[in-house]
Amino acid sequence: MHIVVCTKHTPDSEAKMSVDEAGNVSWGESPLIINPWDEYAVEEALLLREKYGGTVTVISMGPEEALEALKHAIAMGCDEAIRIWEESCADSDTLATSYVLARAIEKMGDVDLVLFGKSAIDAETWQTGPAVARRLGYPSLMYTIKIAELDPDGRTITVERLLEEGRQVVSAPLPAVVGTTKGINEPRYTSFIGIRKAARMEYPLWTLADIGAEADKVGAAGSAVRWPQIFMPPVREGEAEIIEGETVAETARILVEKLLAEKVI
Amino acid sequence: MSNDIFVWVEQFSGHPTAASWEAAGLARRLADELGSDVTACVFGGQGIEPLAQEAISYGADRVLLAEDATLADFRVEPQAALLAKVVREAEPAVVLIGATFRGRELGPALAVELDTGCIADCTALEFEDGQLVATRPIYAGKLLSRCVIPERRPQIFTTRVRAFPKPEPDSSRSGEVTRVEPVLAEDEIPSKVTGFKETKGGVSLTDAAIIVSGGRGVGGPEGYEPLRELAQVLGAALGASRAAVDAGWIPYEHQVGQTGKTVSPDLYIACGISGAIQHQAGMRTSKVIVAINKDPEAPIFKLAHYGIVNDLFKVVPALTEAFKEKLG
Ligand SMILES: Cc1cc2nc3c(=O)[nH]c(=O)nc-3n(C[C@H](O)[C@H](O)[C@H](O)COP(=O)(O)OP(=O)(O)OC[C@H]3O[C@@H](n4cnc5c(N)ncnc54)[C@H](O)[C@@H]3O)c2cc1C
Ligand SMILES: Nc1ncnc2c1ncn2[C@@H]1O[C@H](COP(=O)(O)O)[C@@H](O)[C@H]1O
Repeated sequence: MHIVVCTKHTPDSEAKMSVDEAGNVSWGESPLIINPWDEYAVEEALLLREKYGGTVTVISMGPEEALEALKHAIAMGCDEAIRIWEESCADSDTLATSYVLARAIEKMGDVDLVLFGKSAIDAETWQTGPAVARRLGYPSLMYTIKIAELDPDGRTITVERLLEEGRQVVSAPLPAVVGTTKGINEPRYTSFIGIRKAARMEYPLWTLADIGAEADKVGAAGSAVRWPQIFMPPVREGEAEIIEGETVAETARILVEKLLAEKVI
Repeated sequence: MSNDIFVWVEQFSGHPTAASWEAAGLARRLADELGSDVTACVFGGQGIEPLAQEAISYGADRVLLAEDATLADFRVEPQAALLAKVVREAEPAVVLIGATFRGRELGPALAVELDTGCIADCTALEFEDGQLVATRPIYAGKLLSRCVIPERRPQIFTTRVRAFPKPEPDSSRSGEVTRVEPVLAEDEIPSKVTGFKETKGGVSLTDAAIIVSGGRGVGGPEGYEPLRELAQVLGAALGASRAAVDAGWIPYEHQVGQTGKTVSPDLYIACGISGAIQHQAGMRTSKVIVAINKDPEAPIFKLAHYGIVNDLFKVVPALTEAFKEKLG
């Protein structure tokens, strides 16, 4: 089995985000980490490798900071990590990003499964996985909460995936793209040995030429979406109105009156 | 190229989702501003024909109806292939899709198919100097971004559930229904749906108008009982914090927050939830937030509109009684 996990780096989820007047986004002193959702994809890849053997390759299209995500994945136990980047990849939307990732996966040639996290906690588009699946022509199995069956020889996979109404059970041929979600597993911590391995690893850098990507399909040139403005949402002023009656029953009645007046019931 | 607006109508077992009609209402508003038409795409299994009329009552001028077994259970491949085909033929300016699990998978697949852009999870969509400008939350709602698709067409947008009002259906509206055939035959579709496990426990979180949510303060799985009773009286869905989900008190499907569901109900009642930033990420856009917590210093009181500082096991049953009295 050759499993590829796509991952990216994001600011920590605790980060206090801000935007300056020029529109530059900052996350203060907070560290860059692996996109937390991707830890589920990495963990699932490792579990599958433990069961069926093979290799797990993590890839990221991104500048040097993307190494944070790749290193974390290696420290968790992945075998190989590849970064794909050129300056011209900057300002990619998911149309362009999915093109680059799909080209890189095609270049590897022998891939059985491509795993994604549900979304990235920065731009939260949820789009990269389904877009890569479409580009590769692989079945798209998003929001998977359980890999129910995998048959590497029969080349099929069966997953349970979340929809609003419940879990859809879907079977598909390999190679396939699986989007993972929380609940599929409990991601492991990085080990001391893993962290040392990650620190010593070589992280090959693939250029656009390496993956045979056309320049006009990447970065801003290859993107359809522009985001001219990022801003802070208006903050809610003040504190909650604390409701206090003589008794709990009275407190409850006062609150109910107020909610009825708000017309939210 | 036309100025028409397409909207994808999603259904589960023949039942349309509220997100579809929210998107249809938005499509109507945009088409009225442009002086153009709304086409609803209703693709499903046998027996979904009534949805065509329903789509018209929610604002469509025209319905493209595909009724075929390959489209009964949602799979992105046949839906995207057919949607891409009808969009190529009609060349609309905009395609709107509700940002449900299905819509979130379909939008980007369609964008790749048509080599255009998809802006995900919009919470507002307005014309500015003739250009459609979408607003969407990023970094768990800590920031907002304005996005545009300046050149390519169609512009695809997925609309965050409950961010746009669901219009009142008008059954006197009339429109034209055209039948279309699927593009992919069953043997051309790689994935097969072999089963479905429906979630028990009533109202779905993302659609819910009211959510009663419990955190570590409920103390254990049985601590959800009083919350369930309140939820039942209000017709509300049951939510939870990650602390409660991680403790195994309630399934993950109920988790609200950055690593759970993003919800935007009219009323969110947080019981025994401290209000960590990751929890807020999933619920801060709720219209009215009520916090019930023993600790007056809990951060949730900074976000909530109303607060009760007391033991939730006293307050929640009292609230249930008070609502019962009022709502009969
Ligand atoms: C990457 C990451 C992602 C995360 N994603 C999420 C997410 O999606 N959703 C989420 O919820 N959290 C998430 N968290 C966790 C989050 O940081 C908090 O740990 C979690 O929300 C705390 O849950 P809680 O409020 O139930 O528990 P606590 O913070 O322990 O709060 C319990 C509250 O209950 C009150 N209480 C106790 N007993 C009673 C009583 N009898 N009556 C009234 N009040 C009482 C206490 O005063 C306290 O305020 C995430 C964290 C990380 C690092
Ligand atoms: N540049 C990238 N390189 C590798 N993986 C990515 C990249 N961008 C997004 N992803 C992955 O795609 C998934 C969905 O992300 P998004 O579409 O940004 O919400 C997550 O698992 C991301 O880590």
